[in-house]
Amino acid sequence: MSTLLAAPPGTIPAPTIEYTQLAPMMLVFGAAIVGVLVEAFAPRHLRSAVHVPLTLLSLAGAFALTILLAVDGTRNVAAMGAVAVDGPSLFIHGTILVLAFVSVLLFNERLQFVSQAASVPGSTEEEDSLEEGAVQTEVYPLALFAIGGMLLFSAANDLLAMFVGLEVMSLPLYLLCGLARRRRLLSQEAAVKYFLLGAFSSAFFLYGMALIYGFAGSVDLAKINDALGSASGRDTLLYVGAALLGVGLLFKIGAAPFQAWKPDVYQGAPTPITALMASGTLVAAFGAVLRVFWVALGNLDWDWRPVMWGVAILTMVVGAILAITQTDIKRMLAYSSIAHAGFLLTGVIATGGPAQNEEALSGILFYLVAYGFTTVGAFAVVTMVRDAGGEAGHLSRWAGLGKRSPLLAGVFAFFLLAFAGIPLTSGFFGKYAVFAAAVSGGATPLVIVGVVSSAIAAFFYVRVIVLMFFSDPAPDGPTVDVSSMGTAAVVAVAAAATVVLGVLPQPVLDLADAAAHSLFVR
Amino acid sequence: MTSLLAAAPAAEIAQASGGVLGLSWLMIALPLAGAAILLVGGRRTNSFGHLLGTAMSLASFVVAVLAFFELLGRTAEQRRVGVELFDFIPAGQLDVKMGLLIDPLSISFALLITGVGSLIHIYSIGYMSHDPDRRRFFSYLNLFVAAMLLLVLADNYVGLYIGWEGVGLASYLLIGFWQFKPSAAVAAKKAFIVNRVGDFGLAIGIFTLFATFGTVAYGPIFEHADKASTGILTAVGLLLLLGACGKSAQLPLQSWLLDAMEGPTPVSALIHAATMVTAGVYLITRSNPIFDGAPTAQLAVAIVGAATLLAGAIIGCAKDDIKKALAGSTMSQIGYMMLAAGLGPAGYAIAIAHLITHGFFKAGMFLGAGSVMHAMNDDVNMRKYGGLRKVMPITFITFGLGYLAIIGFPGFAGYFTKDLIIEAAFGQEGVRGYLLGGAALLGAAITAFYMSRLMFMTFFGEKRWDKDAHPHESPPVMTWPLILLAIGSVGGGAFLVLGDRFIHFLEPVVGKPENHHGFNPVAPVGLITLVLVAAGVALAWVMYGRRPVPVEAPRGSFLTVFARRDLYGDAINESLLMRPGQWLTRFAVFFDNRGVDGLVNGLAAGVGGTSGRLRRLQTGFARSYALSMFFGAAIVAGALLLVGNL
Repeated sequence: MSTLLAAPPGTIPAPTIEYTQLAPMMLVFGAAIVGVLVEAFAPRHLRSAVHVPLTLLSLAGAFALTILLAVDGTRNVAAMGAVAVDGPSLFIHGTILVLAFVSVLLFNERLQFVSQAASVPGSTEEEDSLEEGAVQTEVYPLALFAIGGMLLFSAANDLLAMFVGLEVMSLPLYLLCGLARRRRLLSQEAAVKYFLLGAFSSAFFLYGMALIYGFAGSVDLAKINDALGSASGRDTLLYVGAALLGVGLLFKIGAAPFQAWKPDVYQGAPTPITALMASGTLVAAFGAVLRVFWVALGNLDWDWRPVMWGVAILTMVVGAILAITQTDIKRMLAYSSIAHAGFLLTGVIATGGPAQNEEALSGILFYLVAYGFTTVGAFAVVTMVRDAGGEAGHLSRWAGLGKRSPLLAGVFAFFLLAFAGIPLTSGFFGKYAVFAAAVSGGATPLVIVGVVSSAIAAFFYVRVIVLMFFSDPAPDGPTVDVSSMGTAAVVAVAAAATVVLGVLPQPVLDLADAAAHSLFVR
Repeated sequence: MTSLLAAAPAAEIAQASGGVLGLSWLMIALPLAGAAILLVGGRRTNSFGHLLGTAMSLASFVVAVLAFFELLGRTAEQRRVGVELFDFIPAGQLDVKMGLLIDPLSISFALLITGVGSLIHIYSIGYMSHDPDRRRFFSYLNLFVAAMLLLVLADNYVGLYIGWEGVGLASYLLIGFWQFKPSAAVAAKKAFIVNRVGDFGLAIGIFTLFATFGTVAYGPIFEHADKASTGILTAVGLLLLLGACGKSAQLPLQSWLLDAMEGPTPVSALIHAATMVTAGVYLITRSNPIFDGAPTAQLAVAIVGAATLLAGAIIGCAKDDIKKALAGSTMSQIGYMMLAAGLGPAGYAIAIAHLITHGFFKAGMFLGAGSVMHAMNDDVNMRKYGGLRKVMPITFITFGLGYLAIIGFPGFAGYFTKDLIIEAAFGQEGVRGYLLGGAALLGAAITAFYMSRLMFMTFFGEKRWDKDAHPHESPPVMTWPLILLAIGSVGGGAFLVLGDRFIHFLEPVVGKPENHHGFNPVAPVGLITLVLVAAGVALAWVMYGRRPVPVEAPRGSFLTVFARRDLYGDAINESLLMRPGQWLTRFAVFFDNRGVDGLVNGLAAGVGGTSGRLRRLQTGFARSYALSMFFGAAIVAGALLLVGNL
């Protein structure tokens, strides 16, 4: 963009686009557009049959292209400085694509989505559409747009491209949140809340961007960092701008005090969408957070770190404490996600000091992979425990599940232990990597808070395990639907990942190290 | 770590190359295998368990005898043979190589343990024939033999410690063998707990040795012992003494031995008379270079021995339970050995000689007591015995020979070894010599009294039997061990002592005693001893031989009650240790309930309450969420401004 500004007036230079380096993103967006065309032209009964392979294949193809790019070894800034192709972004892209692939596997199962989104809940129109067997198949292209947005958001090298990525990611998610088949009012309420608050946070982000531009004269992340050293007298612009920019990003990861949307939205949204948000969105948002605070505000770390300390502590404590009194499984997982965002923020703070940059960065990358798999697996299990009214969300309904369905309850218990960070699960090494980096980065008090929060969090994870295994099942308890191959596969893959990353974490740790080692390009 | 072994020259211990000595690990492995087979095999081995256990013990004895003769075939300087087994703990500075040390001291013990042990195994075949758990009994006996052999054969303190704990475990299991009797269970627990106190001392003593010398092997430690400061050696000596006191039932850790008689009688004979309780004497004798460098610790050993020999003798005078009377006697005799071991080079060999003769006559008398109990429906009260010499002639004769040996009747085993101890005690300089010697002399008189009392009450006088008692002689499988042990009681002392045979044998290990003149039958001390012994026997005859013995125990004088109550040992333990301990645990429980739990519960309630209150912030209204975001953003911006402008 800065090149545009520097060009003499009257001439608009043709932008150069490195198509090969942007191929994964292009493939996802292209598939999304094809999906829209399918919606427009394919007959209704064929749409699902086209969408599912299209979506999955495009995600798999994008993943393969990402691998190729990683092997190729080119690390630079593409598309006129708008998109960075470097170690961390490729690692994050790979993670997002795998987690999205797994989440999308949950989409087609068991009628998660509304038959006709436009019908008023409880109306005759809705009943008609249900009888007709209609399905809102637009979820697939919407999800692909959201995933493409995640890729752009996490790799954007200037603030404008980042904002575009943020919106492309968020807008389809707002819609998707309102498409739950059961408890539609709750779902629609979640969608509206998410939209309102998301728009609010976008405004913060945009305003912060404007102030930063006012300070640095550029939206390019590297140029902003350069300006930090030289410019003076406009510090207020910088600080307020950085704060507002940060607020927009912290909202997306659900850091306190910007976490209020998370429980409501996670609970109301269709569970596959919750899984996509809890894994993919979180990964993408942390990619963006790292990029902004490392590349653009790296020279300002002495100033933003103390504030981030407060945010991280508040996030860990609020997430852990509020989860204790939750009675809905999805809300509990939402608060758990908030607490985990706090743990990850501890790692972000550790990236601030120059010496342990790489260590902290690779710790966060590993943590994101580990947590992403576990959380998708947990939400997949949630979709399988069903009542007459849909998923059995209330925790009391999960009592005695271990006696009725020991395997599923055992896997879920394993996921919970991974959340708690018990050794021999992936969660342990994730937490260890991040906390170890934070300790060597001088953030020991923060780690103490983190460990205490983990202890508090362990309470509510273990409470669910106790409930499942040491309580008697209710006679009219929920049934466990194991008919779906896709969901079973998701649970199996997530469990396998949680085990493997907990027992043999070294390959992925090496990968994360290598990704972190190449650092961010500027 | 300041190691005194900066440049450690090789210890002067020859390495075994082949031959029986190279196979001496079999001594430990055979009974250990027996124990493992019987314990793992379970009920399937019931039919032959007792035979297998006995065979293993006998095989171990054979190996010991062969090793002994191979050792005799060497010159005196070459009679210390090391057998390297394996690298036990290779961990940085702590490098424990497990090996065996076959020398005159350890082979003497090995012969005693396997020899007497095998006899007691054979005896137990008869004694335990009606017990449904006989197989388990033999597996524990085998375990004991293996552990005891490891204790005496190991060439380092860690190996000794493992054996030490192993015999403690076997002792615990065997005292409580009849678990259905609450008294047996309590006695087993008591023995275990009291021994823990001593084991602490031993463990810390070993730690100190490692910290000082950087090794736990005997060879280098003893070689460099004179380079360590007296303070360290005294500390180590006292700590080892504490361990010895626990295992050998010496004051102040004596209280468990009398209760340990709850175990089956063969156990009392093997573990609590002949072998395990003498482990303390072995420890002191083995560590002689340390004690030689720490005169204070050495004096403490002698004082503990002298005090215990009197205390045990006094207890033995008042007990009506035949096994407890013998247990008091055991305490007393081990007191003699400790006293001798505390006299330094003058006493080590005598202590071990007395230990070996005591092993014979005390085991014989315990087995004799078992034979009597076997005949009297397991009644142990001597006041209900009387006149048994006619119905149980073999038991009477063998027991009588043991009796003559222990009181020191001229020519019998104890006469030689005990006299030597008394003489050596008087041989100390100045007042010390008179006090220690006087105690030993007085002990000899009391020993004659209480052993004669036991004899008279059991085998002489009129019958005071219960109505349903039909005493009879025991079967040959039980009497043959008695006979063999009696031979040792008669001739053992003369064999070892005359011509200083044993003293020379042990010289490579404990050194040459100074001003030792050999055994002198007409020394003044010896004659005085004989007079006092005769007086003791006469007094016992007046009190128990001539007069009828009442079936109900009379109330007795203060001294009798004092002795009956084990010199108030339990009362002292209870008021000094148990009650304060109970108060401490009560306080700890109180503190845990109110303090720790209160804190934890309060914390949990606090977190829960906070959660409940914070939850109300989650109103569900998008407007209040937006407001909280707004304020949050304001605070973040304000904080960043504040930090940035600092």
